[in-house]
Amino acid sequence: MKKKLGQHWVALVGNPNCGKTAIFNLLTGLSQKVSNYPGVTVEKKIGKAHFADGDQFDLLDLPGTYSLTPESMDERIVTEQVLNWIHGDNPPSVIVSVVDATNLSRNLYLSTQLTDLGIPIVIALNMMDLVKNDLKIDTKKLVQKLGVEAIIPMSAIKRWGQDELLNAIQSSVKTKNIVNGEFPVFLKDDYVNILQPLKDLLLANFACNDRFATAQSLRLITRNSTVDIYELLIENGFHVDGSFMNDLKEIRQKAVENFEEMGVKHRILEATLRYKWLDSVLSDAKLLVGTNLSEESFSEKVDKVLTHSWSGPFIFIIILYFIFQSIFTWVSAPMEWINSGVGWMGIQVLNIMPPGMLRDLIVEGIIAGVGAILVFLPQILMLMFFMTVLEDSGYMARVAFMMDRFMSKIGLHGRSVLPLMSGYACAIPGIMSTRTIDSWKERLITILVLPLMSCSARLPVYTLMIGAFIPATTVFGFLKLQGLILVVMYFLGTATAFILAKIFSMFIKAKGKSSFVMELPPYRTPLWRSVYRNVYNRGKIFVVNAGKIIMSISIILWFLASFPSEGEASIGKNSIQHSYAGKIGHAIEPIIKPLGFDWKLGIGLITSFAAREVLVSTMATIYNVESDGDGIVELKDAMQNDIDPETGQPIYTPLVALSLMVFFVFAAQCMATFAIVRNETNSWKWPLFMIVYMNSLAYGASLLVYQGGKILGFG
Amino acid sequence: MTLYDLKDGKIATIQSFSGEMELQSRLVEMGIMPGIQIRRIKTAPMNGPIEIKVRDYHVSLRQEDAHYILISE
Repeated sequence: MKKKLGQHWVALVGNPNCGKTAIFNLLTGLSQKVSNYPGVTVEKKIGKAHFADGDQFDLLDLPGTYSLTPESMDERIVTEQVLNWIHGDNPPSVIVSVVDATNLSRNLYLSTQLTDLGIPIVIALNMMDLVKNDLKIDTKKLVQKLGVEAIIPMSAIKRWGQDELLNAIQSSVKTKNIVNGEFPVFLKDDYVNILQPLKDLLLANFACNDRFATAQSLRLITRNSTVDIYELLIENGFHVDGSFMNDLKEIRQKAVENFEEMGVKHRILEATLRYKWLDSVLSDAKLLVGTNLSEESFSEKVDKVLTHSWSGPFIFIIILYFIFQSIFTWVSAPMEWINSGVGWMGIQVLNIMPPGMLRDLIVEGIIAGVGAILVFLPQILMLMFFMTVLEDSGYMARVAFMMDRFMSKIGLHGRSVLPLMSGYACAIPGIMSTRTIDSWKERLITILVLPLMSCSARLPVYTLMIGAFIPATTVFGFLKLQGLILVVMYFLGTATAFILAKIFSMFIKAKGKSSFVMELPPYRTPLWRSVYRNVYNRGKIFVVNAGKIIMSISIILWFLASFPSEGEASIGKNSIQHSYAGKIGHAIEPIIKPLGFDWKLGIGLITSFAAREVLVSTMATIYNVESDGDGIVELKDAMQNDIDPETGQPIYTPLVALSLMVFFVFAAQCMATFAIVRNETNSWKWPLFMIVYMNSLAYGASLLVYQGGKILGFG
Repeated sequence: MTLYDLKDGKIATIQSFSGEMELQSRLVEMGIMPGIQIRRIKTAPMNGPIEIKVRDYHVSLRQEDAHYILISE
């Protein structure tokens, strides 16, 4: 699902934390498309923006990067895109290089790399609202020195400079003035000679100018991973000489050896020379760097408390507690509204439509199934809201900073904390956000254990089982048993994730050494527009994607549960037993009997492979088909009152509920997760491994709980 | 001395990177390079990574990586 870009389009490139997304939101408003997981490896954000005269153009928001050499996944994506523009067709008309004005030199480094591309560059000098008054930026002089089209001081947060930026983009699009000066950084003759063979090879095989070839040859000797990018380009259909890859590796090796003989550190050559040039440009323009090193910033003062050796972790735990508390208490009212709304809709349809198959399908299949899922949209939105606020305020980076020591001990990375915590909402955005972890090994382990974090799709299952079967009593005088069981489920998943991470880290080989160089951005009040946008996008993805799967499964299930019908007369209790669904459930009953599950839960387990929460809608559909009466059956009551016809005992006991919950803690059930793991690890090996290890764990643990519980005399 | 030895709160100038430090490309791309002044801000809880201020921003590194960064006060 590759979104096509129009004839005129503009790319947004910038460092992480430079306010790029805020500018994207400012320019595109509501008209943006975020491509989502199935089949897409890159989260591509494309939006439509308008010039003052109403002309429209496409805007592409690229992931944040510090340079055009690929190290992390995000950087690889940007580098690959840039090479595609240069060597392929349909490059952007203009690149907007977003620069944080409070952090000029490091941000402009990337801008200067972009000027080598031969594409007009407009610098959006963002965050001018935070720049101290005595810092006067002489943009005219800088425009000339850096060789860019324009530098536009602005602030996306205060909405300053939006029109000026749009006008600058438009005039660059119109003039098509391609700046093609010399490579700005001075290279000694010796260096030029050593790099020449690499340049010649690039120029012979790819359409690009001399300046870009120089820059790219410097980057080839910086990192081996730059060589790998060319392999990727060739895989994607770029035509080169048959011996190109071999020549490239050979010539690169030769150049590296030559530099080593001269005692030149080739890995830092480009960056050192470029920064020296850039720093001299900036100091000519009276924009000195690093002069306020000893001055204590606002963030530093805040961090005296927030990352303090003992108050830091303490506050983090309080914040976590607050988030979880609010997820389970604040949203109970909206969840009630959705519940009663769904019930009301069912009754309306029952009243309006004549009795018949279509009415049954709509009420028992679609409304009951989809309604059971919509109920936990408030929780997803709430968690997404907190995650976005913590990330955008700069606090998440502090969490990674504080947790890295612990995380690295169990084979993970400080940056694993955010993806793992997002896993409490949904594994899919969590797995996608592991791209910020540079090291492959730590990233892979984070992905592998992440689905053990109890996602919000398990919550309806826990809520249903706890509500129906765990008595609302108090233990030790103050702890509510129901809440305690819920906490135990979350803890079980999290602790297992940590233990397995340690075990996996002993067996999975490292691809390159692990590193932890992480910026601690200044604290900022989150931009509420951006927070809203992010929460809205995630919510939409959930409703649309999950909704599609759940709606179709609900319909299929309704058919399976309603047919073959045994003639008009035999409506009632036993009809579902003889339906297709009943037959499937009965077929797998022997396997799941030792866990305490009957054939109805068997059907639920099968359908929950599509998505965990489907268990609830499945049970709802089964009981609604079974009752075949008027209105929607309350699932909780139906399960409590379900009696085994042979023994006369209740089918579901607290022990069965516990066993089922433990099964759900560990089981790998969500197909969307498998798809995303396949994408992110680029092989079926890891999702398959995940399915096998998680489901073995689930079966074993559930067996232990049920059989152990029976021996101890519960249930 | 190395960045590892620098006390929290002290300012120093980077001299060079020792050995085949894999991280050096990344550090220099972020402007953390010989000749540049840095200030060590703090050490994370549980003796975790260190935080430094360099150019106009704050960044954290692991202690084992700080061994490779040679400095002079």
